[in-house]
Amino acid sequence: MTFDRYRRRKRVNVLVSALAFLCAAITIIPLLMILGHLLAQGAKAVNLDFFTQLPKPVGEVGGGMANAIVGTLILIGLACLVGLPIGIIGGIYLAEFGNNKTGWLVRFMSDVLNGTPSIVIGIFAYTVVVLPMKRFSALAGGFALGIIMIPTVIRATEELVKLVPTSVREAGLALGIPQWRVILRIVVPSAKAGIVTGVLLAVARIGGETAPLLFTAFGNQFWQRRLDQPIASLPVQIFTYAISPFEDWHRQAWAGALVLVAMILITSVLTRVVTKGQDRSMR
Amino acid sequence: MRWSYLHKWMVFGVLGVAALSALVSLPSMTNEVSAEMLINGAGATFPYPLYSKWFSEYARVDPSARFNYQSIGSGGGIRQVKVGTVDFGASDAALSDEDLKQMPRELLHIPTVAGAVVITYNLPGVGKGLKLTPDALAEVYLGQITKWKDPKIASLNPNMNLPDQQIIVVHRSDGSGTTNIFTTYLNTISNTWATKVGKGTAVNWPVGLGGKGNEGVAGQVKQTPGAIGYVELAYAEQNKLPYALLKNRAGRFVEPSLEATSAAVAGAIGELVKDVRVPIVNSPAERAYPIAGLTYLLVYKAQNDQKKAASLAKFFWWAIHDGQKYAPELLYPPLPPQVVKVIESTIKQITFQGKPVLEAN
Amino acid sequence: MSSSEAFPASGVPPRAGGTNVADRLFKGTTLLFALSVVAIMVLMAGAMLRTALPAIRAFGWHFPFTSTWDPVAERFGALPFIYGTLVSSLLALSIAVPLSLGGAIFLVELAPHWLAQPIAFLIDLLASIPSVVYGLWGIFVLAPWLRTTVQPALGALLGVLPLFQGPAYGVGMLAAGMILAIMVIPFISGVSREVLMAVPNSQREAALALGATKWEAIRTAVLPYSRSGIIGAIILGLGRALGETMAVTMVIGNRPEIALSLFAPGYTMASVIANEFAEATSDFHLAALIEIGLLLFGVTILVNGLARLLVWSVAGNGAATVRE
Repeated sequence: MTFDRYRRRKRVNVLVSALAFLCAAITIIPLLMILGHLLAQGAKAVNLDFFTQLPKPVGEVGGGMANAIVGTLILIGLACLVGLPIGIIGGIYLAEFGNNKTGWLVRFMSDVLNGTPSIVIGIFAYTVVVLPMKRFSALAGGFALGIIMIPTVIRATEELVKLVPTSVREAGLALGIPQWRVILRIVVPSAKAGIVTGVLLAVARIGGETAPLLFTAFGNQFWQRRLDQPIASLPVQIFTYAISPFEDWHRQAWAGALVLVAMILITSVLTRVVTKGQDRSMR
Repeated sequence: MRWSYLHKWMVFGVLGVAALSALVSLPSMTNEVSAEMLINGAGATFPYPLYSKWFSEYARVDPSARFNYQSIGSGGGIRQVKVGTVDFGASDAALSDEDLKQMPRELLHIPTVAGAVVITYNLPGVGKGLKLTPDALAEVYLGQITKWKDPKIASLNPNMNLPDQQIIVVHRSDGSGTTNIFTTYLNTISNTWATKVGKGTAVNWPVGLGGKGNEGVAGQVKQTPGAIGYVELAYAEQNKLPYALLKNRAGRFVEPSLEATSAAVAGAIGELVKDVRVPIVNSPAERAYPIAGLTYLLVYKAQNDQKKAASLAKFFWWAIHDGQKYAPELLYPPLPPQVVKVIESTIKQITFQGKPVLEAN
Repeated sequence: MSSSEAFPASGVPPRAGGTNVADRLFKGTTLLFALSVVAIMVLMAGAMLRTALPAIRAFGWHFPFTSTWDPVAERFGALPFIYGTLVSSLLALSIAVPLSLGGAIFLVELAPHWLAQPIAFLIDLLASIPSVVYGLWGIFVLAPWLRTTVQPALGALLGVLPLFQGPAYGVGMLAAGMILAIMVIPFISGVSREVLMAVPNSQREAALALGATKWEAIRTAVLPYSRSGIIGAIILGLGRALGETMAVTMVIGNRPEIALSLFAPGYTMASVIANEFAEATSDFHLAALIEIGLLLFGVTILVNGLARLLVWSVAGNGAATVRE
């Protein structure tokens, strides 16, 4: 009888293990499907024109998203101008001096910011940048994306600066070097690789953001030559083309999605592979 | 450490790509006329196929200015002109006197072309030429007719094999001048509609799915068998979507076409020359298609940038004259000459520091 | 400041006063940057509150409980959007939670390392696909599949339930819920894995030593230990789902209506903002939209705060943040 019970327990164990395996398998099916469709549809659609041409007028076949690809890169650059100083310097504060109420507040606020829907940040950027400037602009888009970057960068910086052993700091201080020099010259440089990882992950995240750009960066069919003018971006272009009825636009939406995902995945996969083993929590 | 070397390589890689793309884009930024000015406009999706053609052609006529037009919907055109984030707006809903008072400065309406709002549908196996009466159309959009096989539709189309399928109503989710034309029409022909829903750029729809822009509605209809939606004629035509024949005020079933829309405009010339904002739906003309309207560019009368104002006025002038020749091929009826005369005087009203920007010619 | 000052020759003590000022300056500067995060949040709340004020004044507490969204008559209520947001998110969780948890248990407790690593990696990759790409896939792959295959089948099987009645549009609440499920899986799965890994091995070993099977060890020793962390992971996923915009907008049907059926179209708070924000013609309409944004903001603050507390209590700081 006990043998029977043991067998039943064994069977339950096998059954549950199988179920758990099934769950893991099912969760990666959508990924494989999405990547599969992207490759199948996107590869058919990508051509040289896509990278070198401007969009064609509605209903005309052809053209590309060259300006949107460049636009996305410019927006990421602007976002870094906003997000990196706050993120990195703020993160240094949290790691070095943040063991108090202020630190708690900043940490909590940055977590809340991390969970704030990006569309809400878009509203904010519209109110404080677009309306006063009286213009949609690359600056407004970069500002919105920059804010979205902050929590990721601030947390990565804090954790990696904290990982630097206390002995390193003490050694520096014992040599009579002022604390600020120790932090800037010794502590932060030894955490640099990790911070760069955090930054690249943040870049990978904002590279695909669409919602906050809809009413900040807006759109542009042409090359953008000034930062205080509307700018095209890959995600917004994909959105516009995807909901349209034009077949050639659908084709280009798939091509755009493939290019965007490739850019993002390459950045984040490389980051992960390169830093593997260095910091487990990044895995 | 191995990976810190890799890291450096990666950072350089990313920066390199960014720099390279800047280099690639730089020549195209400078080669073309460098003193080029960007003029931003936003609004109606209804005339977007024509506008995007115009702006691409006009770049050759006046290389000193580039017109960046984003089709976000007429509601958006009105809103963004109001808060001043664009240089001009576009809307196929004219602003009422009361709306105009809400604007910070005096706003001008510049009609560009007319267009028809067509009832498009997706019924596999059922061909073109579905016939609808105003009542049937209103009842579909009120949610009172829910099946394609409903006798009220079937009896109009005895030769069609309509499926026993739910009607999937599609409407706009954004503020839209197309919606304004469409609901103005329903408002005129159905009392129930007038009391229950009303007219405007965005209304409280009794049934249906929302699509963003004419693009979104056409896309939704194209994707969904059993769907019905309203879009500008060019969108249906470019996407080979079938559209319904609608019974007009004279009692004829009229297919939306260049001629039928022109007839609707022609029938209203008397009123249009007095006020270009009057709706032209439900025209009494015998061959007129009943759901038609003009579409407008919205621009402030007193401009605060002389060069921009001059470029804008020049473009408007081109649009209502030379630009009109691009309209028919995209199925937008050109403006009648009498109306063009009226608009010419409107364009001449655009001023910078009290002086007209367009020399009298 | 010259570099010779920075590295004083041995034996020369740094001037205490000078470094103190420099140190304090440095600390002050970093503090300023850190506080700008707080400033951004306060500004954000303030700016939104100010714009939303007309709507808040006009509708008061009725706003979240009224279901009319009528721009013609200028009567606005947020109920359909709140309903749509909640239902799509809960639907997403009901799909994503069992899958992510089962998957996490498999990866942490059962799978050999060589298998667990690549699968975990793939699941994490799901998180880096942009929302708009999910939306694209939703429009052209998921929605047609739902319309032609899933919805007719569900309708035939379970059509007696009001949940599965009505015409098969393809796009609608079901499509939104499924897309959201796929999108939150990496978050729930990732944090759950983190939490499970934080369970001390002694727990498992104790149970196994008493003769428990692997599953019994997980059920009796591992899961109870990590319960609050897992709940935190789920709430974190909920937070993501509530604020998701683009993919949902593209597949939910954009209709402010409270319908019981999952086949019916709906609308969410985030998607109504995306669709109408730039184009609300009247100031009042805009105020109502921003008030929706404010509500969404408030809800996500609550949900995220709760999730952080729960996750922190188990896995320590940071587990929940760095993985984007």
